Amino acid sequence: MNRQTDWTAHVVLGLGVLLFAFPVWLVFAASTQSTEAISRGEISLIPDFSRLGIYAEVLRHGAGHQSATPVWRMLGISFAMAICIAVGKIIISFLSAYAIAFFRFPFRMIAFWTIFLTLMLPVEVRIIPTYAVMANFGLINTFTGLTVPLIASATATLLFRQVFLTIPDELMEAARMDGAGPWRFLKDILVPVSATNIAALFVILFVYGWNQYLWPLLVAADPKLEPIVIGIVKMIGSEAETEWNRVMATAVLALLPPVAVVVLMQRWFVSGLTEGEK
Amino acid sequence: MATLTLTGLRKSFGETHVLHGIDLSLADGEMLVIVGASGCGKSTLLRLVAGLETPTAGSIRIDEREVTNVDPSQRDIAMVFQNYALYPHMSVFDNMAYGLRIRGLSREEITRRVNDTAGLLGLEALLARKPRQLSGGQRQRVAMGRAIVREPKLFLFDEPLSNLDAKLRVQMRAEIRRLQRRLGVTSLFVTHDQVEAMTLGDRLLVLNQGHAAQLATPMEIFEKPADTYVAGFIGAPAMNFCGATLVDEGRAARLDLGPVIAFTDGQRPGEEGQTIIVGIRPEHVLQGGGLDVIVELAEPLGSETVIHGRLSDGTPLLLRAPGGPPREEKLAVSFPPAHLHVFDQGSGKRLDPIRG
Repeated sequence: MNRQTDWTAHVVLGLGVLLFAFPVWLVFAASTQSTEAISRGEISLIPDFSRLGIYAEVLRHGAGHQSATPVWRMLGISFAMAICIAVGKIIISFLSAYAIAFFRFPFRMIAFWTIFLTLMLPVEVRIIPTYAVMANFGLINTFTGLTVPLIASATATLLFRQVFLTIPDELMEAARMDGAGPWRFLKDILVPVSATNIAALFVILFVYGWNQYLWPLLVAADPKLEPIVIGIVKMIGSEAETEWNRVMATAVLALLPPVAVVVLMQRWFVSGLTEGEK
Repeated sequence: MATLTLTGLRKSFGETHVLHGIDLSLADGEMLVIVGASGCGKSTLLRLVAGLETPTAGSIRIDEREVTNVDPSQRDIAMVFQNYALYPHMSVFDNMAYGLRIRGLSREEITRRVNDTAGLLGLEALLARKPRQLSGGQRQRVAMGRAIVREPKLFLFDEPLSNLDAKLRVQMRAEIRRLQRRLGVTSLFVTHDQVEAMTLGDRLLVLNQGHAAQLATPMEIFEKPADTYVAGFIGAPAMNFCGATLVDEGRAARLDLGPVIAFTDGQRPGEEGQTIIVGIRPEHVLQGGGLDVIVELAEPLGSETVIHGRLSDGTPLLLRAPGGPPREEKLAVSFPPAHLHVFDQGSGKRLDPIRG
């Protein structure tokens, strides 16, 4: 390596980082400035650290007016929703992949292809029928209605199936000879062996669940069930009334939990997506 | 401690017939080696006994108890796999203890048994390690330990040595044999390696495309192979075969090359002029005599040399000669009559001398 190529690489890398980080920084800087300054378009790139109190303020009072939902509550809803979706998706898809990969039963491949086909139907396409089903069950404006329809996952099922196909058959046979039944094998061997994959998938699915927008917008009209992503949008009213610094502060708060999950689980995340211990 | 009896065991996968009726019975404490080329059905046979496959027809009995359709866990069998199949997330101790825990043994009993087995195999220092921190030979030992600790009625070995390097393989081979003798557990051992088969087995079953070609002790198979397949498979380097005809009322063979060799051990059944195959092992070919061999390749092994040559009609011939490679490009050899194996040309079956 000579110096010249080293510099080029660093400049490109720096530009890349800037491209991703600059908007985030701008949001953070704006959150500490006055609404008037933001409205005039005079956002300073240097945050005013004396105004960090705005974060405590939005956490407690949200948009500021009387009926506003506090941000801590929206964060709580979002967190519960993301956890439920991620855990639910992992359980459902782990079990279905287990059935498809390890058992021989009639119509196994038909089941597999049916699951596969749903990949071609994203949430947006089936949102009206899904809404109708939920309405018939009386699940509109409930937490169940908010999470359950998002739990089925073809992607995760396929991913687990691929993981299971790399596990040698002999491992299952050895467990059978040791006297382990299907549930025991699942619990004692399969789950620990695919732990890194589960962790990686959890990170991806948590972020997916956290960022859900369209479905909560339809099904959770009740402000008590409002996740943070919807909450931010609702804070933006007409140009004159919007308190931009509050919106920006809420946006920063909304960023933190997914970032925390990614950072905390980063070690498993990387090894789960690349190799895994087999 | 158990006996194993297989009767008319068949297995087909759809239209593919893998095993064509195997009959076999193992005495208590016996080690039987199933040997054959890849695809001969030897692994399938083992998996049938293990219960990992269901036979198409026939029965399997362990200690006179019918187990043909019994779940593997209820057969009281332990198996050592080719790739060891150790549980990657468990320590050596847990790998060995897993089967015992499922059986609901007490904690003290499990610890005692695992420690005893670890002592037997020299694994005491490794009990806390994970499989990935072990060498190939150590993994092999753990896989053995997992089988031994269960104290099963039957051991099944599915080519357990083929992932080891040559030196370790020889070492583990001897160790498996010692352990099996000491524990006295009835065992089935599958391999494609004829040296392993010869050294390990009390008896060998040679499988050829799903048929039992021969079932006998290693020396019997070596000295009296039942057909040309067994003769060519057992023994290294492999036996030489020459075309010939039966002459002198079955008392001699006339090689296609000309020379007539009179049998020393008696008359063979068959008509005058019947085509036969004469086999002779490379170590029995004598230097000096009436057959010319053109040397194509000489492989010096130190104590001896394996010579690859051709007879004058193009038939390949292997011979083992003491010392270094020969300088000549042409050798004269002869086939001593006492070491000839005679086979029928059509069926490939061995032709033994008529008694009396």
